[in-house]
Amino acid sequence: MGKYMEMIRIRFLMMLAYRTNYYSGILIYSINIGAYYFLWSAIYGGKENIQGLSITQMTTYIAVAWMARAFYFNNIDREIAMEIKEGKVAVEMVRPYPYLNMKMMQGLGEGIFRLLFFSVPGMVIVSLVFPVELSVNLETWVFFFVSILFSFIINTQINLLAGIATFFLFNNDGLIRAKRVVIDLFSGLILPLSFYPMWAQNIMSYLPFQGISYIPSMIFTEGFKGSQVFEALINQAVWSAILIIPVYGLWVLAKRQLVVQGG
Amino acid sequence: MEYLSIFFQYVGQYLKTRLTYRADMVVEILSDFLFQAVNLVFILVVFGHTTLLAGWSKNEMIFIYGFFLVPFSIFASFFNIWDFTDRYIVKGEMDRILTRPVHSLFQIVLERMELESLFGAVTGLVVMFYAGDKLGLEISWYDPFIFLLLVLGGALVYAGIFISLATIGFWSDSRTDIMPMMYNIGNYGRYPVDIYNKIIKYVLTWILPFAFVGVYPASYFLKRDEWYTYAFLTPVVGLVFFMMAVTLWNIGVTKYRGAGN
Repeated sequence: MGKYMEMIRIRFLMMLAYRTNYYSGILIYSINIGAYYFLWSAIYGGKENIQGLSITQMTTYIAVAWMARAFYFNNIDREIAMEIKEGKVAVEMVRPYPYLNMKMMQGLGEGIFRLLFFSVPGMVIVSLVFPVELSVNLETWVFFFVSILFSFIINTQINLLAGIATFFLFNNDGLIRAKRVVIDLFSGLILPLSFYPMWAQNIMSYLPFQGISYIPSMIFTEGFKGSQVFEALINQAVWSAILIIPVYGLWVLAKRQLVVQGG
Repeated sequence: MEYLSIFFQYVGQYLKTRLTYRADMVVEILSDFLFQAVNLVFILVVFGHTTLLAGWSKNEMIFIYGFFLVPFSIFASFFNIWDFTDRYIVKGEMDRILTRPVHSLFQIVLERMELESLFGAVTGLVVMFYAGDKLGLEISWYDPFIFLLLVLGGALVYAGIFISLATIGFWSDSRTDIMPMMYNIGNYGRYPVDIYNKIIKYVLTWILPFAFVGVYPASYFLKRDEWYTYAFLTPVVGLVFFMMAVTLWNIGVTKYRGAGN
């Protein structure tokens, strides 16, 4: 446990050294949220609500979806791909801790950094400029934080899968890009899943992606109520557990496949 | 002429390197396609809940998106300079470029091209024809020529903005996240600019003129005559921004001091 805390801490400090980068990042996200705000205002036109979400809830949904993304998002798929291409992975694998766990902890360090130095100030700025409604209900906040923790786990597991795929493809920039697009769409980052036609919603309810963005955002905007919240959290927990199987399965296969191209 | 032959030699080499990792190339083309599909899905889903967006119909929006894809894919194929500072300034690669007797910007364009992005133009054309057919648009004999002119203008707008931003690297090599931000802002030119407030509309028209890559030129083909002036300004804006960018580049190169090894 101690060594994992250390990995989180080191990555956190590494990010801290480059914190000025993040001021422009806040600007990027704010502009993004702003543009979506105008777009959605035009879409709503004057309608009170669409699919049970009012325009204020919609704005909040988008703001929180983007800010939560800063926490769960990481580039470990690219990092793993780089390490495999450069042959560094061979050295990493002889170290006295599981490679995948280490990657996950580094991702968590990054996530915590971004949550504190990016999402929190970003959310403050956004809620000053746009009509965003922050819940005053303590329970909502607790559920939200549990939920984004699961978002992180699910998203990281998918990233690990994409990264490990490099063992078989050697060069998988395309796959990583495709994965990112699929997650943006199916996770509910750009559109709440309840906006999709029924048949599409049915398919998505069998996929893990809704646990990444849709569930925490709906909890935060209080679009989910009562038992829906618990069902959603259980859904996330189940997926977090299920995804361990393909990650470890692929990892075992990959180790047998290992070709060190450099070093 | 010499530039043309250099261009084709680079294309030849490029194809060889890409064909080494064939599976990846196929996935990359598919992922581009997927990315374009996502944007279409967004439009389709949104119009499942409303019939008009600031007075524009679903098929008109789809048409604008299809048009946007053509200049954008030309830009994406040849102007991959979003990581210019990292790749050329910080690592000192610019030294190598400057020792060669071909214009430095031209060399970078050639080195960084990604021809597979051109498939996006095909997707764009298919989308345009689909939406145009639904809207019952008629094509005159001169429309293909106007189309080429507007597409070229749009691609130059994009290139001009991104080259100008890349030149910042000549003066300051500190890392910034401006480039990804620009890719995002570029997307807003695809929506009818009257949905935004005055400031954003002004910015998208005159400062970062992304509206000239999407809604303005497309409005010519959609017969929206209130936007015609803007539509025909497209090539002019494109040329002006591109010339400005090249000038900035030429000044920037004289300021380059060589940071690497």
